[in-house]
Amino acid sequence: MIEGGWFQDLSDRDLDGAIRAITDGQADTPGDWPTQAVETGFSEDQAEYYEFLHEATVAAASTQASSKEQATDQQLVHAVRTMDDLSETVNELAERAAEWAGSLFGESEQGLDYVLAVAEREPQSPVEAEVIDLARSVRELENRRQRVRTFVENQAPAVAPNLSTLAGPLLAARLIALAGGLQSLARKPSGTVQVLGAEDALFAHLEGHAPSPKHGIIFTHEYVRGTRNEKRGSAARALAGKLSIAARIDQYRGEPHPELEAELDERIETIRAGGEGE
Amino acid sequence: MSLPTGIERKAFDGQEALATRGEPVYGEPTANGWRRWDPHRSKLGAMLELGLDTRLEAGASVLYLGAAAGTTVSHVADVAGPTYAVEFAPRPMRDLVPVADSRENLFPLLKDARRPETYAHVVEDELDFLVQDVATTEQAIVANENARFLAADGTLLLAIKARSEDVTQAPSAVFDASLETLESTYEILETQSLDPFHEDHLGVVATPR
Repeated sequence: MIEGGWFQDLSDRDLDGAIRAITDGQADTPGDWPTQAVETGFSEDQAEYYEFLHEATVAAASTQASSKEQATDQQLVHAVRTMDDLSETVNELAERAAEWAGSLFGESEQGLDYVLAVAEREPQSPVEAEVIDLARSVRELENRRQRVRTFVENQAPAVAPNLSTLAGPLLAARLIALAGGLQSLARKPSGTVQVLGAEDALFAHLEGHAPSPKHGIIFTHEYVRGTRNEKRGSAARALAGKLSIAARIDQYRGEPHPELEAELDERIETIRAGGEGE
Repeated sequence: MSLPTGIERKAFDGQEALATRGEPVYGEPTANGWRRWDPHRSKLGAMLELGLDTRLEAGASVLYLGAAAGTTVSHVADVAGPTYAVEFAPRPMRDLVPVADSRENLFPLLKDARRPETYAHVVEDELDFLVQDVATTEQAIVANENARFLAADGTLLLAIKARSEDVTQAPSAVFDASLETLESTYEILETQSLDPFHEDHLGVVATPR
């Protein structure tokens, strides 16, 4: 049982505290807050209570609305593309650094882990200093990539709550980035969502020398990857359908719609049980 | 039916229309400090226009769910006493904030009407009115959950949007199911289709059991 009015832990007229209390507080049942505020000495009288309540609710609503609105899809798109650029750069530089360090130290290890180990060493000569410094740059870029990824994972649910619930925040962000924004994703038919990220395969198919792709980036979703091969197309189609609906709800209504997840779970279960063939 | 104190019929460009007194909000026509209340843009306005007995009265305390950009709640606050306006979406809230700023009895809350526990620490109990216009599923359940804020002789003014519940069902079937759900918590006093102002909407006046 959570009880008490928003003002119960506040000293008088602490506006920042009041904003936090209004934003984050809870109570199971309402009470006669104006009377209680006067009785506990929080307010002189009811008129003063309402006056401060007005100031605090307007400030809280304004602050919250603008911070939620800054979580825009376009910033998510930038972050996803930055994350991909960083991945590419890290891989390329790590390969170069590993090759150089390998020749210098007489080792034949490869990959990012080796470069990160090299970055820990103390240079004994000017050439070692160069290589180790390069390895440290790689380490720094890799750390930045992880930070951007965390940012993406935190932002995606604010931008597209339903899509993030269904797809996971990372895949949701990637779909939005591939489409160029939440609105354009919401406007795409689900068949297009199904093959987003598989453009090369799609155009090869349209030119007539390849089968149609069954899935694009949504392959990373457990419901596609974890479904056996002959049912994978069905699973991809079902998933893409629900993801499209989720994107539309996020774009046009912006409210959580928990039924979608249950519907998708049920559909995938049916497909995996072998109800429907391709 | 007589209109509540504070709501009057006034002439705007020679046409009689509902009006309240206050700061203009959405570019509505004004005359001598009165703002026209457009029943096409407001379900509560339509309920008044269609003659439902809303029992509204000047100075009453109100919880308004689904305040959106404040079109309707601004008129309510012109007439009523303490008015708590709950809206879930940030974008309309940005428009609601200046509306509330100019009305000292209007308290905006960026909250989800389906989770009353997230605003029960701010909204007082024993309210005279619960006005609800939310476009979600299970609108009757939302009304039932929020009955905790109403006084025993308080009034629910509800607009049920059939298309938000289930687009595949006939609106009349949706309304019947919603009313049945409501009856577990409320005694229904009056219902009225909001045609021609709002298609597939039912206006409901009820009081807690």
